[in-house]
Amino acid sequence: MEKLKVKMNKNMNLSKDLYNKEKLDKKPTRDGYGYGLVELGKKNPNVVVLGADLTASTRCDWFQKEFPERFIQCGIAEQNMMLVAVGLSLTGKIPFASTYSVFCPGRNWDQIRISVGQNNANVKFTGAHAGVSVGADGATHQGLEDIAITRCLPNITVLAPCDMIETQKATIAAGEMEGPVYLRFAREATPIFTTNKTPFKIGRAEIFKEGKDVSIIACGPTVHEALLAANDLEKEGISVEVVNNHTIKPIDEKTLIETSKKTGAVVTAEDHQVMGGMGSAVAEVLGKNQPTPIEMVGVQDRWGESGEPDELMKEFGLLAKDIKEAVKKVIKRKK
Amino acid sequence: MTIKELEKKANKIREDVIKMLLEAKSGHSAGSLGMADVFTALYFGDVVKYNPKKIDWEERDRVILSNAHICPVWYATLAHAGYLPIKELKTLRKLGSRLQGHPSRIHLDCMETSGGSLAQGLGIACGMAYNFAKIDKTDNWVWALISDGEMNEGSMWEAIMFAGKYRLFNITAIMDRNNIQIDGYTEDVMPLESLREKFEAFNWHVLEVDGHNIDEIVDACNQSKVIFEKPVVIIAHTVPGKGVDFIEWEYGWHGRVPCPEEAKKAIDCLRTLNGKIKSENE
Repeated sequence: MEKLKVKMNKNMNLSKDLYNKEKLDKKPTRDGYGYGLVELGKKNPNVVVLGADLTASTRCDWFQKEFPERFIQCGIAEQNMMLVAVGLSLTGKIPFASTYSVFCPGRNWDQIRISVGQNNANVKFTGAHAGVSVGADGATHQGLEDIAITRCLPNITVLAPCDMIETQKATIAAGEMEGPVYLRFAREATPIFTTNKTPFKIGRAEIFKEGKDVSIIACGPTVHEALLAANDLEKEGISVEVVNNHTIKPIDEKTLIETSKKTGAVVTAEDHQVMGGMGSAVAEVLGKNQPTPIEMVGVQDRWGESGEPDELMKEFGLLAKDIKEAVKKVIKRKK
Repeated sequence: MTIKELEKKANKIREDVIKMLLEAKSGHSAGSLGMADVFTALYFGDVVKYNPKKIDWEERDRVILSNAHICPVWYATLAHAGYLPIKELKTLRKLGSRLQGHPSRIHLDCMETSGGSLAQGLGIACGMAYNFAKIDKTDNWVWALISDGEMNEGSMWEAIMFAGKYRLFNITAIMDRNNIQIDGYTEDVMPLESLREKFEAFNWHVLEVDGHNIDEIVDACNQSKVIFEKPVVIIAHTVPGKGVDFIEWEYGWHGRVPCPEEAKKAIDCLRTLNGKIKSENE
């Protein structure tokens, strides 16, 4: 009977082993990018991929093997890679410029702002290896600001998919829509908890689990931590709604307002700085439309560090247990 | 057009540049005047393939202005070429105008790109040229207008390296070598020479012209199209502010515009065409 209280949203078709972290298959989200690119390449001859000396670790080598004539090696020159992508897009191609998030949008932000943004160029660009979960490479290589610096640019779509399968869907959806898109990936293998039948639509947040006491709004692999937290909290008698907010821009205001109206308390969770990130985007929406107490799980205004990914997730407070604490804190603030 | 007619056209474009800048009350005078002969050569010397009646014509050449702050000369040239009404030039930099302070493709659809922050045009030109040469295999030519000052930016060299690697023969870059930038003379701010050797080292073919000799400019542009296997840069040696004696060579005029009295003096200066024509304003 205890279990019946956990109300999964059946329409989401999530993995049946959702709460069994050990049983779930683990793959890095960037693998989904690799698969998505190959699929897009087969469907559309206009899809081209650009790399900046990180071809294998961004999984672009899979596309390169299938379509060598449509892969362009740009060298360690992210600014120029982005400009070349713009030139390709303005002459009819659908370019995917691929590298790590610290370099793109980190190093080539001006090119994104002007040449991608102000041309409204149909360029897709990716930031792989985002978050502290990158691990031992340390602060320089842990992209924690990419959401903040892309979502402030008009007209640019910002996506942070939650697992490998969703990343594949997001990549394909990005390639099929007109306009600039930023896609964010993680480095580490993370649980695959969605399935091919889980719905994905750019601009629509999905309620992965229904609840009534509090809403956890998360993006990226942190969504799974949110679900684990929710499952534990149910056992303690707290009913938690979990929202997969993969599209940070354009943000799904309707779903966010509805869930917070329903539960009256919100926790946001992301592997990104809390300043300017997905949580801030949620706070902007709720502050204007549905003022609700919010606690934010994320990197709290500090640089990353070296360490094992799981150690870092613990150190920076990005695990299910941290989300649980935030839930308890926010519930106390409920009116 | 004959060379004489082209020279007159360039002068007319300069006159429009002065009028636009006077009306706008802000903008960049020196570079705009300095490049009038190059723009005239490109659009009226049978160099660029274009059709103002069909702006999305697939066979058109692409013209990219990387040092986009000199857009007044481009707008004026495009107006003379039939892309926009001459009277629209006076809307430059005004709210709601298609003629933004720096070119915007979103506002003016005959622009190939938006630009403003320096050193972005050549990389975009590379992407277009790569597509035409290597993927679509079409004959479209890419004309990238660049400036000497923006060579300070590292991303210029990234683009130069890229074009050299892929032997993008279908790019002709034309550099406005006017030796000035905002803070002073280029060789004082951050020395660029020897530009020829630098480009050559990156696998480019280099041509140099007097940027006010329309005959030479047209000739170099035509030559650049028969150099195979290498991108070409035409270093156009220009005089900033060309045609208006009190603006010429003055780097202080990079980012300022004439007041009404100065504008009148400037137009008088232009109308004399080196003393051959007497100004009607006298």
